[in-house]
Amino acid sequence: MTMIDTNISRRSVLAGLSGMTFCLALGTDGARLVSDAEANTLANAHITPWVRIAPDGTITIYTAGAEMGQGSMTSLPLIVSEEMDADWSKVVLEWAPADEKVYGYKNPFADNRLMWIVGSRAVQLYYPDLRMAGAQVRKVLLMNAAQKWGVDAGSLKTEPSVVINPANGTRLSYGEIATFGTIPATLPAVDPKELKARKDFRLIGKPMPRRDVPAKVNGTAQYAIDVKLPGMVYASTLHSPVHSAGPGIWDPGKQEQHAEPEKWNDAEVKALKGVIDVVKLSNGLAVVADHFETAKAGRDALKVTWKKAKADGYNSDRALDDYVRIHADPNAQTQTLEAKGDVKAAFAGAAKTYHAEFRSDYGYHAQMEPLNAVVRISEDGRSAEVWEGSQAPDESRKAVAKALGLANEQVTFNQCYLGGGFGRRSLGDYAAECATIAKAVKRPVKLIWTREEDIAQGMFRPQSFQCLEAATDASGKVTGWKHCVVGDGEFLLITGIKIPYYGVPNQHIERRGVSHGVKLKHWRAVGHVFNTFAIESLVDQMAVDQGIDPIAFRIERMGLVPKGRKVFEKVAEMSDWNAKRPDGRALGISITERSGSLGAGVVEISLDRASGKIRVHKVWVAVDGGVIVQPESARHNVESAIIYGLSSVLHERVSIKDGAVEQSNFHDYNLMRMSDVPEELHVQFVDVDTRPTGLGEIGNPFIGAAISNAFFRLTGKRLPHLPFTPERVKEVLKA
Amino acid sequence: MVSFTLNSKRVTVEADPSTPLLWVVRDHVGLTGTKYGCGAGLCGACTVHLDGVAVRACQTQASSVEGRTVVTIEGLAENASHPLQKAWIAEQVPQCGYCQSGQIMKAAELLKSNPRPSRAQIVEHMDGNICRCGTYNRIIAAIQRASREA
Repeated sequence: MTMIDTNISRRSVLAGLSGMTFCLALGTDGARLVSDAEANTLANAHITPWVRIAPDGTITIYTAGAEMGQGSMTSLPLIVSEEMDADWSKVVLEWAPADEKVYGYKNPFADNRLMWIVGSRAVQLYYPDLRMAGAQVRKVLLMNAAQKWGVDAGSLKTEPSVVINPANGTRLSYGEIATFGTIPATLPAVDPKELKARKDFRLIGKPMPRRDVPAKVNGTAQYAIDVKLPGMVYASTLHSPVHSAGPGIWDPGKQEQHAEPEKWNDAEVKALKGVIDVVKLSNGLAVVADHFETAKAGRDALKVTWKKAKADGYNSDRALDDYVRIHADPNAQTQTLEAKGDVKAAFAGAAKTYHAEFRSDYGYHAQMEPLNAVVRISEDGRSAEVWEGSQAPDESRKAVAKALGLANEQVTFNQCYLGGGFGRRSLGDYAAECATIAKAVKRPVKLIWTREEDIAQGMFRPQSFQCLEAATDASGKVTGWKHCVVGDGEFLLITGIKIPYYGVPNQHIERRGVSHGVKLKHWRAVGHVFNTFAIESLVDQMAVDQGIDPIAFRIERMGLVPKGRKVFEKVAEMSDWNAKRPDGRALGISITERSGSLGAGVVEISLDRASGKIRVHKVWVAVDGGVIVQPESARHNVESAIIYGLSSVLHERVSIKDGAVEQSNFHDYNLMRMSDVPEELHVQFVDVDTRPTGLGEIGNPFIGAAISNAFFRLTGKRLPHLPFTPERVKEVLKA
Repeated sequence: MVSFTLNSKRVTVEADPSTPLLWVVRDHVGLTGTKYGCGAGLCGACTVHLDGVAVRACQTQASSVEGRTVVTIEGLAENASHPLQKAWIAEQVPQCGYCQSGQIMKAAELLKSNPRPSRAQIVEHMDGNICRCGTYNRIIAAIQRASREA
């Protein structure tokens, strides 16, 4: 069967053709480009093709950018092509194999490589290596042309896919060079100074159409849910409605984190039409049938008694009240995240102190494609293939290998488009589950979680309680800062809690952890959503109290860094910050920070006091994201995060009662629809020449505070609890 | 057994009459452009045309399409040449893309009955189709472009 649509070709294209292949090899210092010849001398080295130039000029480049709409699939090979000086119209893309040692970026937090497209990392972390790789390929092409012409390589130049001798105007296309070229035993080194200057870019920073778009308007884009194999059967699962997770991210590898099925109507379900088997999983049951509708009917007919789970009896609303008590408890276990200067002295000597408390609820990813995977195990059981849309193909391959008792190398991972990721699709848990089912029924299996299952088994953005205090001196400058966040989720809870963009001299920031057994996971900017909300709400409160414009307050009284000042000034200009708004409308502003990027956002809102409904009419965001590789798609990415943020802040809420998630589908987990979308979204990037930083989530963190700060300007009241549902807004108005 | 016309071809499918059209089209016939999002008629990812009217394939039983005409994204226009499909590319609408077949099918229904819709009419017509990536403003722009250029 064919897996690849028109814009991304099959890996087999690489095999057995003439032309030049540049390889990426694993050495002691990580992955680097080597030539075929050198590759042959690298005993036991893991060699894989990276760039290939065919005699007809077609250039095939692997992409490691899992594509969930953010554009990385296109931007990563575009970076290689830029330094190669490739004719982009002749470049075809292929998914890089799931081998992180070769195709991974350097993990910024450990000494290894990863293919995880999470935390807005793709362009940010692949950028330097991919530029270098492209430049090396170009140098080899120049050397070959120079040799052929008997001239000095330094005298030659390139235009897209052509080497030119300026002395006499002769030209050799990359395809022509591929027919006679050789790759030196040692590839030429590239000094970073030899990389293109930004002014010479032909591709980076230009509006390039994304490669995945055409297949997404004619129904041919291949998601894992679309894969069909000969002899394939379908599985639908029912998991324990009560989670049993440990602290931090759910670890499917730990048996104690699974609530097992104890008793179920096995014979009754197996007797249903089309049902092939009922497979017991560590934390659920899978009904396997000839079609999905029969598998789902079997799943719906299951009556299960579950063993004890850690979250039995858990109530999320009650837990939020407990968080307040934990915060008040002087003996509560505390993790200090930041300790700067002398906070005690700052508060003791303060001219004035401020205090604010906030709460936030759980959030669900709600990616449009419910989780699913396809797995086929070979007859001898010694190899397996998996099809999945994964943010972390390397993790998925590992998870499947582990489930089947195979080595990673025995599992082939086939990447598909992701129908949304947002942090949920990087664990490989459902692919491993599919593998377990395939092994049990000895047939290729497609596992699809129902939407109800996808919510009930969600891995949420944690809920939180936050207490912030600030101290100012006689001049109004903020001299002391205390921030305590209470909740589950360990490191998920604390992203965005530090304030390196402000120069507050004395700071104490801490986390007080609990563990409820609820599955939690990265979620578009995770902790930034509620932490930035709390931080920037308090900042606005102080600015109002001091009677100073909130932008000026940040600059003059909070020591806003120059990079921050620039984005605030830009967004002020974009939104005409000081202009009067129509009656019933107000602006709110907040900083936004994530994955190395810094920005500022403004919203214009109105309020229907009778219904409690907040309406956001206009949004402006200015971002410093370094060099922008694909401006159009980057802007769309930020716009997407704005809508994602608005949706979560205004509409979305997961609540848990008696251990089970109360919401079950899109009728009670409310996503933003077209009628609620702002009429105007304006996103601009600051023009800088620094290394790219992450853009997938930067549009999200500012939303809560910007809306709440605008709400204060309309009503004189502050919104203390995310999301700002109409009921909560009405309560605040009444209070 | 159910017989109907699918994208101008007569098809006969061995499926239980209660099977949702969604799974008939996707799994029994093999046209996977129509997507499963919620299975409850709440998101619109499975939108197809039944006798020219946009319906939710997940809420349409196979028995109810007997003898009728179904059009999916694959059959909307030859070589994806529908003005909406061209506009969707020009405006670079899709992100993850998963909901876009349903969005386009829903929008095609609108333009057929109202070739020059206002922004408000577009929003009203499209409000049942969820896009989690939040491409709504570009969907509106693409419908307006298709309306202009058709």
